[in-house]
Amino acid sequence: MSILRPLIVFAGLLVLWQAVVSIFDVAPFILPAPLDVLTTAIARADVLAGHARITILEIILGLVFGTAFGVLSALTMAYFRPARSWILPVLVVSQAVPVFALAPILVLWFGYGMAPKVVMATLIIYFPVTAAFYDGLRRTETGWLDLAQTLGASKWAMLRQIRLPAAMPAFASGLRVAAAVAPIGAVVGEWVGSSAGLGYYMLLMNGRVQTDAMFAALFVLALVATAIYFAIDALLRHAISWQPESDPAQ
Amino acid sequence: MTRDDGTQYDDRVGEQCHPKPAVGLRVVNARLAFSGTPLFENLSAEFAGGQWTCILGPSGVGKSTLLRMIAGLGQTDPATDIAASDGSALDQRIAWMAQQDLLLPWLSVSQNVALGNKLRGETTDRARVASLLFDVGLNERHEALPAALSGGQRQRVALARTLMEGRPVVLMDEPFSAVDAITRARLQELAARLLRGRTVLHVTHDPLEALRLGHRIHVMAGRPAQLGTVIEPPGETPRDPTDPALRELHGTLLAQLGEAAADETSNGAEQ
Repeated sequence: MSILRPLIVFAGLLVLWQAVVSIFDVAPFILPAPLDVLTTAIARADVLAGHARITILEIILGLVFGTAFGVLSALTMAYFRPARSWILPVLVVSQAVPVFALAPILVLWFGYGMAPKVVMATLIIYFPVTAAFYDGLRRTETGWLDLAQTLGASKWAMLRQIRLPAAMPAFASGLRVAAAVAPIGAVVGEWVGSSAGLGYYMLLMNGRVQTDAMFAALFVLALVATAIYFAIDALLRHAISWQPESDPAQ
Repeated sequence: MTRDDGTQYDDRVGEQCHPKPAVGLRVVNARLAFSGTPLFENLSAEFAGGQWTCILGPSGVGKSTLLRMIAGLGQTDPATDIAASDGSALDQRIAWMAQQDLLLPWLSVSQNVALGNKLRGETTDRARVASLLFDVGLNERHEALPAALSGGQRQRVALARTLMEGRPVVLMDEPFSAVDAITRARLQELAARLLRGRTVLHVTHDPLEALRLGHRIHVMAGRPAQLGTVIEPPGETPRDPTDPALRELHGTLLAQLGEAAADETSNGAEQ
């Protein structure tokens, strides 16, 4: 049931799209019909898959690095008070400077390969992960910590057994946001300068006025982004299944 | 040995975690101030080993704070001397049970009971966990998560976790106040049976609970707070709450508490 409704919405949008193209007789290089896009996507499935593979790898590497740096920063800030005044500005700046503005510089430094895209995705992910996890680490129920202290827990045991698991729901919120925005970093990087990836392919097809191929790439990108988000969401739900949920709508 | 309900239970468990000899507790010159207002000033008290002592008093008088101080939680003035009656340190000889069950929601019932072992990196005596869960009547719920338990069941797990530590001194901070009257009465009986022989310091706001469980009862009052004279109700614990003698003591205690609360308000008015 939960999958049926999104499909209906999706199908409805496709019908609307087809209707707009048919009724207003839109030129195919402005807006190709969904059926044409599908035909192109199938015809060029190999090419699209090749580019998608690159983009997926960039997103996943960005997620891995961004999460790793975010977790390390949050732990450092939580446990070394002096580090807070050093890391917090970096954290804020990493978010205040638009990643779009950094893209050309990163391409200049790291070349046209995968590296600048991974860096860009990492930068985008770093903030939500760090902020959420740091918050979670600081909001541990004090009663649990008191109890652990009376049970003779070491500082390490308190982190490992109490603070870390208790911070998981907050960390999961951060990681969900990260999973949703990670593709932006990768694709922006590909637009600015690259030789492969879905963003590169879109730009290339745009230049050749092959709008249907561009839409096909966009469609694959949306599919990839959604799949990554839901995979991570499912993983997180499984990891913190102990967390009771309360539906505000009830 | 048979339980109240007639079923057999293993008495060795009780002996195994039974502290012997009982460790008494003394507090000398406890001092604590909150933003300039002294909560305790030269508060001294002696709690006999193997006895169940209840502390009553108006809310905000510092009952929980005293308990936390003894548990080694929070700031303590260096002048404060808290030790076992024989003068030795209380380190690792105290178990603390709070009003909230403080069960970790991501651990199962049996993992919560063995939390102390896990935190100290020790191996868990699984048989002991099982027999303690049997004792508190949660034999069937080893793998359940705390969220699936009722308030009373959760407090039973907390009691089992406290017993698991086998510490000679047990501090309880209104442990049964968050459950309904019937569940509370059952928990009181359970605790009285399972904690027999240990030194228990039990903070409560319920005079009847104190009269059921306490060998000795203090009323804590004043600012800075002092522990009032000891009331020692006669008879074995847990006592029958319908006993007329207990009812009479209940009246006396309520009167004392009323006075203490009145002092509190007049003190508050002066400030």
